[in-house]
Amino acid sequence: MTEPAAISLRDVAKTYPDGTVAVHALSFDVPKGRIAALVGPSGCGKTTTMRMINRLIEPTSGQIRINGEDIMAADPVQLRRSVGYVIQQVGLFPHRTIGENVATVCALTGWTPQRTAARVDEMLDLVGLDPSVYRDRFPHQLSGGQRQRVGVARALAADPPVVLMDEPFGAVDPVARDRLQEQFLALQRQLGTTVVLVTHDIEEAVRLGDRLAVMREGGFLEQYAEPGTVLRDPASPFVADFVGADRTIKRLALTPIDLAALAPVDPDAAGLPTIPADARMREALIVLLESPTGRAVVLAEGAPVGTLTLADVHRGMLSEEPAA
Amino acid sequence: MSSANPWLSWDYVQQHWPELLAAGREHLGITVAAVGLACAAAVPLALLARRVPRLTGAIVGMSGVLYTIPSLALISALWPVFGLTPLTVVIALAIYALLVIVRAILVGLAGVPDETVDSALGMGLSDQQLLWQVQAPLALPSVLAGLRIATVSTVGMVTVGALVGYGGYGTMILAGLNENFYHAKIATATICAIVLAIALDALLLLAERRATPWTRGR
Repeated sequence: MTEPAAISLRDVAKTYPDGTVAVHALSFDVPKGRIAALVGPSGCGKTTTMRMINRLIEPTSGQIRINGEDIMAADPVQLRRSVGYVIQQVGLFPHRTIGENVATVCALTGWTPQRTAARVDEMLDLVGLDPSVYRDRFPHQLSGGQRQRVGVARALAADPPVVLMDEPFGAVDPVARDRLQEQFLALQRQLGTTVVLVTHDIEEAVRLGDRLAVMREGGFLEQYAEPGTVLRDPASPFVADFVGADRTIKRLALTPIDLAALAPVDPDAAGLPTIPADARMREALIVLLESPTGRAVVLAEGAPVGTLTLADVHRGMLSEEPAA
Repeated sequence: MSSANPWLSWDYVQQHWPELLAAGREHLGITVAAVGLACAAAVPLALLARRVPRLTGAIVGMSGVLYTIPSLALISALWPVFGLTPLTVVIALAIYALLVIVRAILVGLAGVPDETVDSALGMGLSDQQLLWQVQAPLALPSVLAGLRIATVSTVGMVTVGALVGYGGYGTMILAGLNENFYHAKIATATICAIVLAIALDALLLLAERRATPWTRGR
């Protein structure tokens, strides 16, 4: 892990005055511009861990640094204005318009009205809500999915280098969630934001996370690694159980096609189905299973570069290093 | 007898217009002063309860105990201290309004959704910004509803102030009783007090509606 850490936790623990340990000393680094997904069953301390990063919960021990600065040295209110925050219930201000909601942190940090207004429209556009339609509406006039988009726009509006998200896509139906996740991922890549995301859903964690922090009941960090590594080499029986017996299938979605290992293009390739070269094994497997011969042609920018077979998928899953 | 001493008499209203107006002014003045004083005491108490939640029970409990004191007894007790002045009535009535208003503020603050408070803090609103920019506006409808109840019941209770000579329409009602059951005087003053209560109620209802523009319309 040579990338510079935007967020670094060292032996961070939370014990409540009654002796309850919410989080046992845990350490991990989130590289700049990456998404760390904290995943685990309820009561595993994932939300507590996230809330310690903006000091909504004060750690009992250990050290948290954001871009090298110890968060305990900062004023909590100032710290939170520089860290985006999204929660499952969104928590939009019901008495303020969508535009005013998105502008919250801009207003707190003294942006000029012109700059704020331009930013609000830009953010609404980015999350796929037409500013001229939605800017002056009130939250209760929006659907759940729309409100979650506004929540994301509000968290990102003041360009925070770090964003914390607690089940940000939890309150919408699966179809809308897929689309929101996709949009969010594109947005995050574009802005280069470092994200700590809390979810109970391993699928979501694998899909969005560049790193997975798998936590166990009682506040233990079981494994912190790239998703492919967690799926291929679970660090403990708990992790293996949590990621599921179908973890190999899940790993297909992360594994790219090994173009170097492909067989040459068949002379009789004409009737074979095709797969784009940047597809993951999961899509490739579906195409192969539907192919009468169990083979398919891999296309890079429209030109055939090789033939993929079921054996390639198998070999890929045995040897493939996890995708970044 | 009833023809000589009618309950409803337009002649009475016309002949005693200045007296009715003066009583109305006194009635309204005492009501506004009492509710105002109650608010002035309720806001800091409610904010104290917000800051130190452990005190909530004590504050509501204390206001509740004060609320149970019979009005005649309370005025009798305040009379030696503040004398035969409007202040005696205002303080007594403020004590009754206090409980209603403190509770309304606390209910209003408790009604602000947890996730709204959480996201506000998470985005970096200070405690005072949270209070005045988020909690206060969202609690306002509940506070105004409480204010309405307090105001209407205060209008009714001002009449007890007749005991010390400052009861607005109550003073007229008491005088009417003492003037051999002067029916027109009693009935007219009563009706005026009721009209005043309805008018203030309507006014505050309007304010309550206006306080939540965000809940209306698409």
